[in-house]
Amino acid sequence: MSGDGNLLDVRDLKVHFMLPRRHLWTRASAVHAVDGVTFRVRRGTTFGLVGESGSGKTTTALAVMRLVDVTAGTIRLGDIDVVGLAGHDLRKLRRRMQVIFQDPYSSLNPRSRAGAIVREPLDLMAIGSPEERDERVAELFRSVGLRPEQRSLFPHQFSGGQRQRIGVARALATNPDLIVCDEPVSALDVAIQAQILNLLLKLQDEHGLTYLFISHDLGVVQYMCDEIAVMYLGQIVESADRISLFKHPLHPYTHALLSAVPSADPEMRGKRGRIKLEGDPPSPIDPPSGCRFAPRCPYAEARCGAETPELRHFEGHAVACHLVGDDAVSPVARRA
Amino acid sequence: MGEAVLLIEGLRVEFDTRDGPARAIDGLDFALGRGETLGIVGESGCGKSMTALAIMGLVPSPPGRIAGGRILFEGENLVEADERRMRQIRGNEISMIFQEPMTSLNPVFSVGDQIAETVQLHEGLSRKESLDRAIEMLRQVHIPAAERRVKEYPHQMSGGMRQRVMIAMALACRPKVLIADEPTTALDVTVQAQIFDLLRELQEQIDTSIIMITHDMGAIAEMASRVVVMYAGRKVEEGPVDDMLADPQHPYTKGLISCVPHLQAEPPPERSPLAEIPGVVPAITGLGRGGCPFAPRCSHAMTRCREEMPRPTAVREDRVALCWLLDEAAAA
Repeated sequence: MSGDGNLLDVRDLKVHFMLPRRHLWTRASAVHAVDGVTFRVRRGTTFGLVGESGSGKTTTALAVMRLVDVTAGTIRLGDIDVVGLAGHDLRKLRRRMQVIFQDPYSSLNPRSRAGAIVREPLDLMAIGSPEERDERVAELFRSVGLRPEQRSLFPHQFSGGQRQRIGVARALATNPDLIVCDEPVSALDVAIQAQILNLLLKLQDEHGLTYLFISHDLGVVQYMCDEIAVMYLGQIVESADRISLFKHPLHPYTHALLSAVPSADPEMRGKRGRIKLEGDPPSPIDPPSGCRFAPRCPYAEARCGAETPELRHFEGHAVACHLVGDDAVSPVARRA
Repeated sequence: MGEAVLLIEGLRVEFDTRDGPARAIDGLDFALGRGETLGIVGESGCGKSMTALAIMGLVPSPPGRIAGGRILFEGENLVEADERRMRQIRGNEISMIFQEPMTSLNPVFSVGDQIAETVQLHEGLSRKESLDRAIEMLRQVHIPAAERRVKEYPHQMSGGMRQRVMIAMALACRPKVLIADEPTTALDVTVQAQIFDLLRELQEQIDTSIIMITHDMGAIAEMASRVVVMYAGRKVEEGPVDDMLADPQHPYTKGLISCVPHLQAEPPPERSPLAEIPGVVPAITGLGRGGCPFAPRCSHAMTRCREEMPRPTAVREDRVALCWLLDEAAAA
């Protein structure tokens, strides 16, 4: 374990997907899904990745799990260099990181019984004796709020919320350090979401888990995460702790995201001005030069299109925008 | 609310199952005012979408049927209308936008053809004229380069674009009622905000009334003026949106509002656990007759709740809730 309390340390991560050439002689182009992402996750905390679809949040998580090929950069889990691993060592690493998927309907094998689904990671990684595995499965069922008798049922016999509990139990089976939660509640009904979010917090408390939490729902992210990074077209444009990010958003894109969330609170609706974004995010194939948000940014100046902004650090807050002054005042606040 | 363009009275939709008829909608009443946006909220399985299908005359039959009640559209009872009449109304006077813009557009026709089809059918325009109308509609929903886009196919467009096409299609005949069934659930928040703005703008232009079906209280607050909360095929509460959000009366409404983490400008440093609604929506076949359908999940349930269906209680002007707790409060 590294001494500084960081469980996961990702530096300058790049994941590019090559596209097939159109002609023999043309240059092959690449999808820059993740393009220079750096972040650290402290042990026992929840780190959130937010952004529109196509911003690279899921690809970042897949790269951390080594489920896609890493083009460049380093990923360290504790003392282990994740990028350099292969074969047996990589498989051993997977004991320490697990994932909870978005859709509890398609992420469970319909032909396996619930108990077998949860037991599978233990079997695959040969953890414990067969009797110990049975014991462990029963214990996992209890800790996620299912009854051990339900082990012999098939996924279709459970409700959506219960199915997601099976997914959580499976992720916990190997006692991992890091759990990637990829939109764990977005496929669930509103009333069920609270049950799963409360469960995730309870388990984190009990087992000291570290979560890498991906969601497009900013309300959920604000509630669950200790630190949050906002991604746009494969890059982190702003990151901060949960209080600071929502209280003083600095990047115009963060402002736009926050102001687009429909609010049930009439006061909040009246208070904040909406920054409207036109159009969709540009394609990550050969992305625009300079600041990637510039073509959609209502505050963009000439240099935004020309120079790529560096991630600058203020107290507890990092932002990549030319227009944020050295006094940490966002262009949105200055204009208002 | 002014004059009602759509009036639902005692609507009952039943499905034949192996265990006898199951009521998907049971005694639903509400009115939609001219130019108004009414929200319908609830979990999946509470009958929101079935209500929309009943209004459109699209309840899958068999096994489903409208077993009782009336759907009055400008005074005409749609329950009794024949299929020929419904075809004149659908897409013309009442139209609908669906949740998934990918699966509800036909992948083998250009978007222009799909918009033109509606106008050709209902207004008897020629192909040339209807394609011109399609281009005009695409402009109205702010799709850039409409002349070129009209020839494109759904797969060439992004999710937000496709939802704009759906809206163009639904509004091509200037319907009096537009039913939007979870119109933005599949979209990013930034795109959702664009779609909401667009719906509001078009509503003003063509003076249409909107029924917006969603599970997102925030979206309701943003779009609707009044809201109907449904549970297990019944209305449990109705009233103006801001009033209801500030002071929900029915335990289910309270649960729906407090069980999702709402985005706050200044989040508290310590998290408090989210309120949970325990259990799940009952299957419609399992609904007991007599008692309040929410009683098994309700933390305030009394003996009476399990035996007798609650009566509508007027909480204050234009606020109604169906819960025995309110009856007790009124009696005390």
